[in-house]
Amino acid sequence: MVASGKALGDWLKSQIFALQNFVVLSGRAYLNLFRSPHYADDVALQMDTIGVGSLPIVLLTSLSIGATITLQMSRALNQYGASGQVGQIVAISLVRELGPVLTAVAVAGRNASGMASELGSMKVTEQIDAMRALGTDPAQKLVTPRLVATSVTMPLLTILADAIGLVGGYLMAVEMLQLTTSSQYWNSAYQVLEYNDILQGLLKPLIFAQIIALLGCYYGMHTSGGTQGVGRATTQSVVAAIVWVFIINVFIGKFFVNLN
Amino acid sequence: MAAAAEVLKLENVTVRFDEKTALDRVNFALDPGETCVILGAAGSGKTILLKTALGLIRPDEGRVILFGKDMTNAEESEWMDARARMGILFQEGGLFDSLTIEENVAYPLVNIDAVECPEEEVLPRVSEALEFVELGHTLEKIPSELSGGMRRRVGIARAVVTRPNLVLYDSPTAGLDPITATTIMALIAKERDTRRTTTALVTQRYQDGHLLANYQWDAANERLAPSNNSAGALNTRFVVLNEGRVVFEGPQAELESSNDEYISNFARRWKD
Repeated sequence: MVASGKALGDWLKSQIFALQNFVVLSGRAYLNLFRSPHYADDVALQMDTIGVGSLPIVLLTSLSIGATITLQMSRALNQYGASGQVGQIVAISLVRELGPVLTAVAVAGRNASGMASELGSMKVTEQIDAMRALGTDPAQKLVTPRLVATSVTMPLLTILADAIGLVGGYLMAVEMLQLTTSSQYWNSAYQVLEYNDILQGLLKPLIFAQIIALLGCYYGMHTSGGTQGVGRATTQSVVAAIVWVFIINVFIGKFFVNLN
Repeated sequence: MAAAAEVLKLENVTVRFDEKTALDRVNFALDPGETCVILGAAGSGKTILLKTALGLIRPDEGRVILFGKDMTNAEESEWMDARARMGILFQEGGLFDSLTIEENVAYPLVNIDAVECPEEEVLPRVSEALEFVELGHTLEKIPSELSGGMRRRVGIARAVVTRPNLVLYDSPTAGLDPITATTIMALIAKERDTRRTTTALVTQRYQDGHLLANYQWDAANERLAPSNNSAGALNTRFVVLNEGRVVFEGPQAELESSNDEYISNFARRWKD
């Protein structure tokens, strides 16, 4: 009983320390936005890695999801004679929820793991210590550029994902199932969207970007235990990023529903 | 007054990680021009000691004094100024994978403001440092293209490119074959003897300390030669760490005659 109480106490203490370290790292990453030096080259490199690098998986996922939503909804819509409304359903589903969330999951899987493994490898080979010893703040050089790059590229990726998802829905609805006409599909998709939906669809990826970049960097910068530790940090970063994306998504969704 | 003369001084330094005490009330000082060989088994706190001296780890208790200045509660910017006068070779070299050898060696010149190296002087100094370790032809290569020994030599070039007063070496010969290890030690002795730098060497290999204590760099013949110093030790002191504590501090002869099994074991294993 005493032993389990101590174990629980130790676990709680370690969680509080981890939270404290995460808050300190995040705070420094944001403060560094207003401090020199700024590593523009690193930001550009990360934007290429995160943005351009994630494009194929994000576009493929959204194309498939747009087509799948249409396919799954087609029978129900036909039943109620509302097959002309398929564009609305695809647009709302993608812009409000699936576009931002699926993009975040794809980017988390690809880039949170990339950040954690890259920084983790640097940590265990003492490159991060060397960086500090040789006059550079590792948070400034490694974390802030990744945070900025993810924050810029995630909303852009989401916009592209939404657009390609709508194309996927169009191909299924108009070209394959002949549920509706091309003009009706695009008109209904365009008209159903309100500013509130667009705002929600752009705010979510921006917030998800903070989660993905900061958790990826946090787990990388706090890697210990050699190459095995790098593997562990990589897995933890992806799991934590995806879990928090889903949790935060609920709260943002609730906020916008209440707003209406 | 005495404190000001010391290049590095740790006073009752304790470092803890969670429940584990990595350094336990360590007292340690380095005078200008002195060589200190820090021996200890794996996990004895040798690397923690160096990282504490460098300000990468803050002590839980005690004081760190560098170049006569108390750095215990110093801001990172003050540490940056102090680090401009220090060089460090990390255990695996600590080279940046994504940078070329030239960029790696230039890194402290470009990034430490207190070094104050004009832009036009960066390349000549990088070339000079790489020539010092006989790797002048590797400027455009990246670390993964070099062998383990060559990476260690580049690490030495990066450590000395700022012409520091104090150089810290963390297990510079770990994992190297005997010939390469001797080459690395010769370079460390060369740096110490040609530039009169204060040197702290952390190692598990007693022969590294023996070499620094008994050999010096013969500039005329470009090789190591036995010391002419009749005292046998080139101003070299040995420190032995065990489980975070300093269990021995003194000259080589005293270490070799110690009756303590842990301490004498370092010399005995090598002689056997």
